[in-house]
Amino acid sequence: MTTEPPVHKHEHVHEHEGVGVGPHAHPHAHVHEAALPSPGAEASDGRGTVELEHVHYRYPDGFEALCGVDLRIGAGEKVALVGPNGAGKSTLMLQLNGTLRPAHGSVRVAGLAVGKETIRRVRAEVGLVFQDPDDQLFSPTVFDDVAFGPLHMGLPADDVHRRVERALAAVGMAAFAHRVPHRMSLGQRKRVALATVLSMDPSILVFDEPSAGLDPRGRRELIALLRGLDQTMLVSTHDMRLVAEVFPRTVVMDDGAVAADGPTAEILADEALLEAHGLEAP
Amino acid sequence: MDRYVEGDSPFHRADARLKFILAIAGILVISLLPIGSALAMLIVWLVLVACSATAGLGPFRLSRAAVIALPFTLAAFPLIFTVQTEIIATIPIWPLNLTISAEGLRRFLTITAGSWLSVQVALLLAFTTPFHNLVDGLRELHVPRIIIAIISFMYRYLAVLTDEGARMLRARDARSAGGDGTSGGSIRWRATVTGRMVGSLFLRAYERSERIYAAMQARGFEGEFRHLRARALHRSELAWLFLLLAVFALYEVTAFLWLPRL
Repeated sequence: MTTEPPVHKHEHVHEHEGVGVGPHAHPHAHVHEAALPSPGAEASDGRGTVELEHVHYRYPDGFEALCGVDLRIGAGEKVALVGPNGAGKSTLMLQLNGTLRPAHGSVRVAGLAVGKETIRRVRAEVGLVFQDPDDQLFSPTVFDDVAFGPLHMGLPADDVHRRVERALAAVGMAAFAHRVPHRMSLGQRKRVALATVLSMDPSILVFDEPSAGLDPRGRRELIALLRGLDQTMLVSTHDMRLVAEVFPRTVVMDDGAVAADGPTAEILADEALLEAHGLEAP
Repeated sequence: MDRYVEGDSPFHRADARLKFILAIAGILVISLLPIGSALAMLIVWLVLVACSATAGLGPFRLSRAAVIALPFTLAAFPLIFTVQTEIIATIPIWPLNLTISAEGLRRFLTITAGSWLSVQVALLLAFTTPFHNLVDGLRELHVPRIIIAIISFMYRYLAVLTDEGARMLRARDARSAGGDGTSGGSIRWRATVTGRMVGSLFLRAYERSERIYAAMQARGFEGEFRHLRARALHRSELAWLFLLLAVFALYEVTAFLWLPRL
């Protein structure tokens, strides 16, 4: 089980009102030419939406990582999740695809209540990209890795091949299908890590620290890539410039709860809020 | 670990399954050659030199690279002294008499040459087949999936683990400054430091395995590995396979019945 180290608890200085209303929600549009096509007709109505209500989670060592998180994200929204280390961001992300389950409260993604019965569909809907691509890319070749998700969704071989080609094309890595991950640069591995979830055609993309360790060029490429994707996006990051450039909405987490939620410009302009939660303006 | 050498020879183009079966059969043929089959082994070596040249590796690359296996044949070295037939010399080493046997020497040389040739066959396979193709080939040959998974993960993560180990060593070296006339601690202390580093590397690997498992679960893994089926072998490939296996068998019989031995 992934664990987070216990953190020193801060006082909540700011509590913003109007938590998680999804002010920037817009229909799940598919405009970018490289983006994967829209899901089939069997998709549930709430595709691309995320709803967390009073979510509590405690690790086996007793550390309470989430204490009553409420968050609603509309289809197609791009939301940044910021906060100090140990604020509960990673734990929150693992709730979204059922890797961790809440002790209290409910998690609904794409209109599905996350639980044993829905887990397969939930995992097809939520593409979780981990911080270290060496954790995400565990197969001998890029092709095998990008095909892993579709294969385990039980799709036929032709469909798997098509999805792998499209996902690699979407991240500009089509020529790398038969390369081995450990001989690629960090930026290239991050792109392939994204392709491994795009091939599953998820409606929600969840990233943990996508820009960590990237050089400026790799960072620019990542920003262009994130802007071009039209899925709902929740991105945990410390990179406030990335937040300012890509995400219209920002959620600040601290001490396992949502401390603030609103338009990025407003959050980044609130110096007292940023300082109270160990953040800094870009 | 990946010893693949880029190329476009018939060896590179051949299907990994065929190459694997033929390599195993080739090693079997070499190991089963009768004691003292010098001529038979010479012929095998010449064939391997030709294969090495055809594969674009240079004629003697396999022969040179396979020398790495020779120290292991030391295990057979005592045969020279333990076999008690055809004794050709006796060396008195008080209080024992060490006997050198011609039969023991023959056995030792046969095992040494056989090992050297077998490793060349294995290297021909490794030099001309990307490791992941070999793993795919093994899977198609119905090697148990758990073994395949272990080999795949080992191949993928050995480099990652080596890098982590190297970073830890660098970090240790960076802080291993020596004062005037001091050597930096006792052997016992150094052993303790090394032991802790190994422990720490194990924990990092263990934690990584949990993160990898989470990443697998996130993409729908439920305990059973699924893979795309490889294409069926063509008739021409099967024909080549059986033809070469027949040649191998015929060669073995020839070596037993007609080729002269030492």
